[in-house]
Amino acid sequence: MNCRSEVLEVSVEGRQIEEAMLAVLHTILLHRSTGKFHYKKEGTYSIGTVGTQDVDCDFIDFTYVRVSSEELDRALRKAVGEFKDALRNSGGDGMGQISLEFYQKKKSRWPFSDECIPWEVWTVRVNVVSLANEQERQICREKVGEKLCEKVINIVEVMNRHEYLPKMPTQSEVDNVFDTGLKDVQPYLYKISYQITDSLGTSVTTTMRRLIKDTLAL
Amino acid sequence: MDTDLSSQDRKDLDKFIKFFALKTVQVIVQARLGEKICTRSSSSPTGSDWFNLAIKDIPEVTHEAKKALAGQLPAVGRSMCVEISLKTSEGDSMELEIWCLEMNEKCDKEIKVSYTVYNRLSLLLKSLLAITRVTPAYRLSRKQGHEYVILYRIYFGEVQLSGLGEGFQTVRVGTVGTPVGTITLSCAYRINLAFMSTRQFERTPPIMGIIIDHFVDRPYPSSSPMHPCNYRTTAEDNAAVYPSVEDSQEVCTTSFSTSPPSQCVFTVTQAHFQTPLPVVTDTLKVPMMGLGFSHQLSSSRLSYQPAALGVGSADMGYPVVFAGGLNAAHPHQLIVPGKEGGVPLVPSQPPHAAQADQERMAMCTPLDGAHYSAATPSSSEDTETVSNSSEAKSGSPHDILETIFVRKVGAFVNKPINQVNPPDSPETESPLLGSLHSEGSSGNSTGNTHDDFVMVDFKPAFSKDDILPMDLGTFYREFQNPPQLSSLSIDIGAQSMAEDLDSLPEKLAVHEKNVKEFDAFVETLQ
Repeated sequence: MNCRSEVLEVSVEGRQIEEAMLAVLHTILLHRSTGKFHYKKEGTYSIGTVGTQDVDCDFIDFTYVRVSSEELDRALRKAVGEFKDALRNSGGDGMGQISLEFYQKKKSRWPFSDECIPWEVWTVRVNVVSLANEQERQICREKVGEKLCEKVINIVEVMNRHEYLPKMPTQSEVDNVFDTGLKDVQPYLYKISYQITDSLGTSVTTTMRRLIKDTLAL
Repeated sequence: MDTDLSSQDRKDLDKFIKFFALKTVQVIVQARLGEKICTRSSSSPTGSDWFNLAIKDIPEVTHEAKKALAGQLPAVGRSMCVEISLKTSEGDSMELEIWCLEMNEKCDKEIKVSYTVYNRLSLLLKSLLAITRVTPAYRLSRKQGHEYVILYRIYFGEVQLSGLGEGFQTVRVGTVGTPVGTITLSCAYRINLAFMSTRQFERTPPIMGIIIDHFVDRPYPSSSPMHPCNYRTTAEDNAAVYPSVEDSQEVCTTSFSTSPPSQCVFTVTQAHFQTPLPVVTDTLKVPMMGLGFSHQLSSSRLSYQPAALGVGSADMGYPVVFAGGLNAAHPHQLIVPGKEGGVPLVPSQPPHAAQADQERMAMCTPLDGAHYSAATPSSSEDTETVSNSSEAKSGSPHDILETIFVRKVGAFVNKPINQVNPPDSPETESPLLGSLHSEGSSGNSTGNTHDDFVMVDFKPAFSKDDILPMDLGTFYREFQNPPQLSSLSIDIGAQSMAEDLDSLPEKLAVHEKNVKEFDAFVETLQ
């Protein structure tokens, strides 16, 4: 099947990177996680319960909902932390992107290793801006909050198109579709990767600068 | 149409739709409680969590929803709507959002009810959870408390969007196709608050005493009563915590989290809903003119609190200090001498700074976390003199002033007590003056209180140092040196008395000379 690809773009200040990324990734994973499957005889299964919790951002006027799973939160924080460090250390214009890819494993016969076939990829393009004073920061707080609201609406819109989702697997296949390693929830198999964009040339830089100016409208 | 659907499937579908409607209402109302919601995941299915989501059921909300549905289900032309509105302490109200659960005729015959429809309804609920945090009313609801509360109303039938004003926006949460129709969940929200909701509340300085009557009366009488978005576990509190469903306009606010949502202290666990702690200090940031509400500031706040709420202050978990005064018959009075008697907010000050904090905390705890020690500086300066001065003071004027002071804590300063000017002659210190200067010199000492100390950097505890021009520290500095009341000035009194005594013999002599005139005058009267 074709892999669905969605791209979101945000412009944030340095200290907002983590929260903005977590907000987006958690919102996506909220929709792509189920309760733990408990298989019974005759191929039936029951599903555990997914709890949710509100998370207030410290540097953005925004609250998002995430799945109540500390393990999942830790995993995401780790990935986002690495992304943030890479972005900060890269110098340059502070541009990068983080990708959340949902995939299915397809068992191959020996000697071939299992294939990972993505079925949905979410890419968040980040542009880091630096702000001069507290007033700009305050404006940025609100603007980024509003932007994230828009992103959540976009995400929900995509989710509710009810496009391709992997079939519910049998017990033997469940690890090819879901990440069964967490103890309280079961997200679809996912991986997070990121990429830091070096400054490729003036044209890119100019475009991003224009984007910043438009976003902040200072 | 229905012949394609087996009776079991039909039954299942009806059940799914019914519980979906109930859970939708729960999610929406809980998202407008003003608190952060938190529920636990459970790997083992409990059997009672519909759609595999841990969504708590608030009994009153379920009751209201069932009442509105009256045994029916959303169908074509019959939508279930949850109306979220805002009501100010003055009684003005405004619709903020209408959440609609509708059904249209577009059927999906092929879809499997017990599996696909169920899972998609679950996904839709998750989307609803996300979207409810994203509309402008969410941030408003997180700041509800002193100035306004958020109310909800459930009705069934035709969607009424006219109360949202012009230019309202719509966001679609999602759709789920079923064999009997397509379920659509959407939200129409008022837009002309959107830009005000965050910025104006936090930045616009308060404008005092102006009543603006923006709001038109509701075009139709409410077929169902409005209810406050709040919740208290009845197990914890006294009886009658919750206003009865028949009380249409009673509001019962519990949330005083007026600090920014990032510092919200309330977490609702699955076990029970904790009583939200009222936090008064940050009411400076409460939305004000941005919403065009009336602002009889301190008085409105006072009147709004238990008196307008129709609930005893104890139920609110209100601080003890307020309990005495605000239930008074005249809530608009700022000074209620004697009624706060017995509840001095500033008891004998702790002698040591370290203890000062503890004491303050201890004071605050029974007051449910509210901070009122405006009269108590956070700095440790002169706490010993503080204790001396407060103890030396006489009873009631001290209490009154402290009461006034307490009431002003966190409130906007509209300076009803004009003690802004520095004292003209602070030669002698009146007891009242001394009590205001909690860091000042001990009572009855002469000399300018200004000279006793220099306040370098006053950061009062538990107060927010914010963008607003008037914060607790500024307020304290401004009102630190009120002028003396002339009638209480001992010198002047003493002086005039002495003069009077001296001049008495002379006056008597003069009068004796004029005895005949006086007698004549008296005779004319007879």
